[in-house]
Amino acid sequence: MSSIDRRPDPEQLLRRVQAGERRERRGRLKVFLGYASRVGKSFRMFDEGRRRKMRGQDVVVGAVQSAIEPDIEAILSNFEIVPPIIERHAGRTYEVIDLSALFRRHPATVVIDGLAYDNPPGSRNPHRWQDVDELLDRGIAVISAVNLQHIAEKQDEVERITGKRAANSIPQAFLAEADEIEVVDAPPDALIGRPGDTSICDARRLAELREIALLLAADVVEDQLQDYLESHGVTARWGAQERILVCLTPRSSARLMLESGHRNALRFHGALLAAYVESGSLGEEDRRLLESNLGLARELGADVHCLHGEDFVEAILDFAREERVTQLFLGHTGADRRLRLWERNPLERLIEAADGFDVRLFPHEEKS
Amino acid sequence: MSRGRLKVYLGYAAGVGKTYRMLDEAQEMKCHGTDIVIGYFEPHGRQETIAKTEGLELVPRRAVAYGGGKFEEMDTDAILRRQPRVAIVDEFAHTNVPGSERAKRWQDVHTLLDAGIDVLTTMNIQHLESLNDQVYHVTGIRVRETIPDWVVDEADELVLVDLTPRALRNRLERGVVYAPEKAQRAMENFFTEGNLSALREMAMRHTAHEVEEKLSVVPGAEPPGTEAAPAGAPANAGSAPRRERILICLTGRPSSAILIRRGKRVADYLHADCVAIHVAAGQQAFGDDREAVERHMSFARNLRIATHVVHAADVPRAIAEFAREQGVTQIFMGRSAAQPWWKRYQETAVQGIVRHARDMQVTIVAERRR
Repeated sequence: MSSIDRRPDPEQLLRRVQAGERRERRGRLKVFLGYASRVGKSFRMFDEGRRRKMRGQDVVVGAVQSAIEPDIEAILSNFEIVPPIIERHAGRTYEVIDLSALFRRHPATVVIDGLAYDNPPGSRNPHRWQDVDELLDRGIAVISAVNLQHIAEKQDEVERITGKRAANSIPQAFLAEADEIEVVDAPPDALIGRPGDTSICDARRLAELREIALLLAADVVEDQLQDYLESHGVTARWGAQERILVCLTPRSSARLMLESGHRNALRFHGALLAAYVESGSLGEEDRRLLESNLGLARELGADVHCLHGEDFVEAILDFAREERVTQLFLGHTGADRRLRLWERNPLERLIEAADGFDVRLFPHEEKS
Repeated sequence: MSRGRLKVYLGYAAGVGKTYRMLDEAQEMKCHGTDIVIGYFEPHGRQETIAKTEGLELVPRRAVAYGGGKFEEMDTDAILRRQPRVAIVDEFAHTNVPGSERAKRWQDVHTLLDAGIDVLTTMNIQHLESLNDQVYHVTGIRVRETIPDWVVDEADELVLVDLTPRALRNRLERGVVYAPEKAQRAMENFFTEGNLSALREMAMRHTAHEVEEKLSVVPGAEPPGTEAAPAGAPANAGSAPRRERILICLTGRPSSAILIRRGKRVADYLHADCVAIHVAAGQQAFGDDREAVERHMSFARNLRIATHVVHAADVPRAIAEFAREQGVTQIFMGRSAAQPWWKRYQETAVQGIVRHARDMQVTIVAERRR
């Protein structure tokens, strides 16, 4: 159970400052993300290079894909190319970025296609994305492109859809840390029937891949947005993502709320959180019920938090604001009417103060 | 004759390149021999985009006089007479000058589609009706020209035109999007990096949602979201729930618009039915309030929500009874107005509905303020 303690941690602040400094010296990385081959990533990438060149930047090409389409070939003729080194290893041909040549040449921007390529054993770096990392460290900007099937964390999902798994991949974190990521989107119909197309490219599978790529990009953008807001001193409140918080108490209809929250989070591709306000005075039976509710929450993939606070309502409200919650799920007993004129019940206070998020009240289930 | 196909290029702000991309594809279609015309194009003085119209046939706009001024609108009748295979219609969310045959450009587009003409069009995510409050909350800008979600849902293809906020702001700085003075103002107000990122994320999520919706209508497909419980979840956790039915309680209060948009959005995502009710309690059913209620009812119908009016003195009870009759699983209502202290002994509408509808979920929708 994690409790929330958001006091600024000096170590964390220092790390942030250092990361900021490092970022300033580093070259900027821009990645074009596509959901399948032939959506036009490479074209967009080279077109970006061409635009920068037209604006007077020193741009060179460090790697191209082996199969080049005619429209890309036309753009390529505009560029200086630092050819990759061809290496043969155990019967396989590898193209390795010529890092030392690029370091010597030191352009403002390098265009590198095929971000997820692997280098042969014994290379300076096992993977091309690590070569790219070195270029960035030397202050060289990189424009690159990658396909969804090469994002390590998405490979299981992609394999379930296509039945295939790409041998080489890049960690999602590398993509998430890129300064800019741009989605290259196209309807699946546009890909079917193009040259090089095979029968596995049926529209449905492509649509599923397309959805995953769009959501991946949205998640990256969400993180970047929160970073931006935090670093600009804006209290991060609403992003574009639905965030559902289920408030647990020992006697509430936890299963109903959690299952509904889970379903909602899936449908909205949102986040599911569950919170419980520690009050310390639970009987043995209630403690047991609560533990089982928390267990269920975790099984459903909820991010479970235990809150501390004098006042249940304040604790929940603070947490909901901090976590940018958009929907709050709460159980009522149906008998929550206030006892005295001047005292409002917690539910009412919560609803009154719930500015910016919806409150969904769940009926109390009779326990047998 | 079969209905034309609609393809929407979706962006998150002016200047991301929607029109450019649309025209690029139009040129390609023309190369393949497709009979394609420009029905409406808004150049905004953008040279690269204007260059993309070269060689494409243009159907001249129609001049409209209104309030002493002269305006130009798309000449839908002329396009119908010309009967091309495909028409390019920029700015899907545009509102026509009053007195035009149809109030909205999307209605003109529907006329073209009905005549069997395929249409390519452009829009930004902030024009989507159901996101109106969220966009206001994030950007502080209340978008006036909106398109009902169902109109966009019905598009045969939706394509996201993406550009990073940094690149967009560079374009603004270089004066590609607007004239320099306007660009400067835009960058300080709407086109901040925070706003742009949030809108961009909405556009990505919405495109993903539309892709998923299209997947779910494929025969024999599982509706997304109900199927797999995550690995390790209890076996019954993902069992199919009964179909949800959402009831929106309308009043004459301005917050009803927020309620309608939010209720409909949740219903769409949950694949739930959505109905709306207004209970006329007698004494308030006249004057301004009545007019406001009617406006909200017609707004709901525009979003394809069935509306009902019930006359009863006890509002919470009437809502609960109606909900039970209709098999409602979730009631959506606004927050009750704060009661003055001398009325605090009275039950609020929320309390009343919770008391009467103990078997249902009640969602109190917050006003999305800034």
